Amino acid sequence: MYVAVKGGEAAILATHDLVAEARRGDAAVPEISVAQIREQQGLACARVMNEGSLYDADLAALALKQAQGDVIEAAFLMRAYRTTLPRFGSSEPIDTARMAIRRRVSATYKDLPGGQVLGPTYDYTHRLFDFALMDNESVMVGPDPTISGQDGASGANAAGDARVKPEHDAKPLDSHMPRVPDILGAEGLMEPEIAPEGDPRPFDLTREPVSFPADRDVRLQAMARGDEGFLLGLGYSVQRGFGNSHPFVGEIRVGEVSVEFVPEELGFAVDLGEITLTECQMVNQFAGSKDVPPQFTRGYGLAFGHSERKAMSMSLVDRALKCREFGEAAQYPAQQDEFVLYHSDNVEAAGFVEHLKLPHYVDFQGELELIRRIRKERAERLANETEALPEAAE
Amino acid sequence: MNAQQTWPADDASPAYNYAYLDEQTKRMIRRALLKAVAVPGYQVPFGSREMPLARGWGTGGIQVTAAIIGPDDTLKVIDQGADDTTNAVSIRRFFEKTADARTTEATAEATIIQTRHRIPEAPLRAGQIMVYQVPQPEPLRKLEPREAETRKMHAWAEYGLMQVKLYENIARFGEVTTTYDYPVMINGRYIMAPSPIPKFDNPKMHMSPALQLFGAGREKRIYALPPHTSVRSLDFEDHPFRIQSWSAPCALCAATDSYLDEVVIDDQGARMFVCSDSHHCETRRAQGHRGTMLGDAATSGLVDPSPSAVIPGDRRETRDPFRNPTEQGSGMDPGSALRSARDDDAKVEAGAKS
Repeated sequence: MYVAVKGGEAAILATHDLVAEARRGDAAVPEISVAQIREQQGLACARVMNEGSLYDADLAALALKQAQGDVIEAAFLMRAYRTTLPRFGSSEPIDTARMAIRRRVSATYKDLPGGQVLGPTYDYTHRLFDFALMDNESVMVGPDPTISGQDGASGANAAGDARVKPEHDAKPLDSHMPRVPDILGAEGLMEPEIAPEGDPRPFDLTREPVSFPADRDVRLQAMARGDEGFLLGLGYSVQRGFGNSHPFVGEIRVGEVSVEFVPEELGFAVDLGEITLTECQMVNQFAGSKDVPPQFTRGYGLAFGHSERKAMSMSLVDRALKCREFGEAAQYPAQQDEFVLYHSDNVEAAGFVEHLKLPHYVDFQGELELIRRIRKERAERLANETEALPEAAE
Repeated sequence: MNAQQTWPADDASPAYNYAYLDEQTKRMIRRALLKAVAVPGYQVPFGSREMPLARGWGTGGIQVTAAIIGPDDTLKVIDQGADDTTNAVSIRRFFEKTADARTTEATAEATIIQTRHRIPEAPLRAGQIMVYQVPQPEPLRKLEPREAETRKMHAWAEYGLMQVKLYENIARFGEVTTTYDYPVMINGRYIMAPSPIPKFDNPKMHMSPALQLFGAGREKRIYALPPHTSVRSLDFEDHPFRIQSWSAPCALCAATDSYLDEVVIDDQGARMFVCSDSHHCETRRAQGHRGTMLGDAATSGLVDPSPSAVIPGDRRETRDPFRNPTEQGSGMDPGSALRSARDDDAKVEAGAKS
């Protein structure tokens, strides 16, 4: 409309300049580099890679820089770029049993082949500020003296700000780390994972429209790129009472897995490189049915990078969404595939929620006209009724 | 891809295909469009791509336009009826950048008109294509949230729920309270969401000589109206479909037959009503039509009172605002102003049967 938006084009161009200025911030402060974001904000990069559905840490870091750290905006940048990339094939299925483990924990067994490997985790940190990070560079040690430091083995400095990196008694990990659900599966207690008939190529929801009810490949794919916060909330709802799940963390493993590709002209697998993955397998109770004996059922989560919260949430919701396969009633939001799949995509959700910023005055004018007319008619009707009342009293 | 690679800086266009989408994607969209045209009003699922513009901001319309635009086309983009609303500007710039598109504000000059929320006031002609941006393609969604169910309802033409909803509106408020995205029956078969155009524009869809394409990017659906398709706004015999009306003409161009936007002009509650179709309004002013507040608006520099450029191609005459454009020139009784498009529809169907 002429009043508000004449000169819209100039204004749009000006906003591009303003956002560039805001992104840079105070010019007296050194600019952050993409490599710094990639190396020092790795968990944010992992989230952007997940929700942007593209494994590229450099681009994720660039997206975060360009988006001033707005993760959803950064994921949007990734996706808008990803959609233009040519597809030259699909990789071979990755094998997480052969993962180079960085972290591996199980809540179902005290010890197991390969052992528990804590790796880098915030789980047992006390959430107290480490003010050393404010001023000092290259803080490579945790805020507390490590266990080996307390032993006096490496002589950690009590002054704190001049912490010495202690010698950890890190032992080489076992080369064989079987996945926990496989251990249960060997006993026949775990619901087997059987590929659908003919083992077809998985659905690609970025190229094909989804139809409902959605199969598991579609559901897992949608959740892998779904919003971490949304899935976290849904997973939480399943635990709290909006779902009947009794989950145990069978295993969480984080580490590097190699990706292989078979070029048609070669006919054998070529190693493309490694990607970092987080896999979570939730073990759930299942009372069994007429045809199936009682057994444990599986909720599966897989995410790029070190993304435990995402993988755990995903595995809770995955199990909830399997209700149809197990003949359970779909009573709760997390069990309804349409609800979960349509609303977990944060780029789509953000776009549609934020489109409310766009002008709607044509529609609003229609509503104004309607409400004014209905109110007028109502006022007239009430006026007639009050006039008519004395007569009725007589 | 790695960060060391040099990125195209100023000259971004060679990195992308003509009109942004790759040719395979365009073919996929064209196939969906052909199916949609073959089954008017049916929602065809398509592999909607992620676009560099946000979902809900016209990605469906943009994909449809990108799939059909060619070097010979002239594109007009409107939002709320106006060419200069911010998102219309942004989409027009997108096609100027990616498809070297020739763009226009003149409705008659355009071969493709991408729109959000309006149909231009000037009648469309054969050969023109309307591309509608659609936020929610499913007219039954507010009645039934599950897609698996609504698809069945369409397959069985099970539309009783919609009639009940309209009836309940009338029972409670005395009229149907849907003012935009007013449901329409296409070709006597499918109920279709006309996108959030005001119901004022619904009659313009009926028997339009232009091809009308609808793209819903986020919901991944395409649907279409081939030229000369019957479009009946749902109503009841005793509660015929009505469109909006205003008591005053446009304050700038004195049009009495256009959809008006309300503009609050001071903090005392004063208002003016002006055409939502900015090109229509400018054309009329260029033709010498003057509204009551044109002088005030010109003084405050808000409009150019006498646009020097004569806008070509617009040969409209003033018409009765309540009448269906397809009835123009039919010599119908002007007293039938508030008639529904339904009668017309019945005639067409009767004609088709005979």
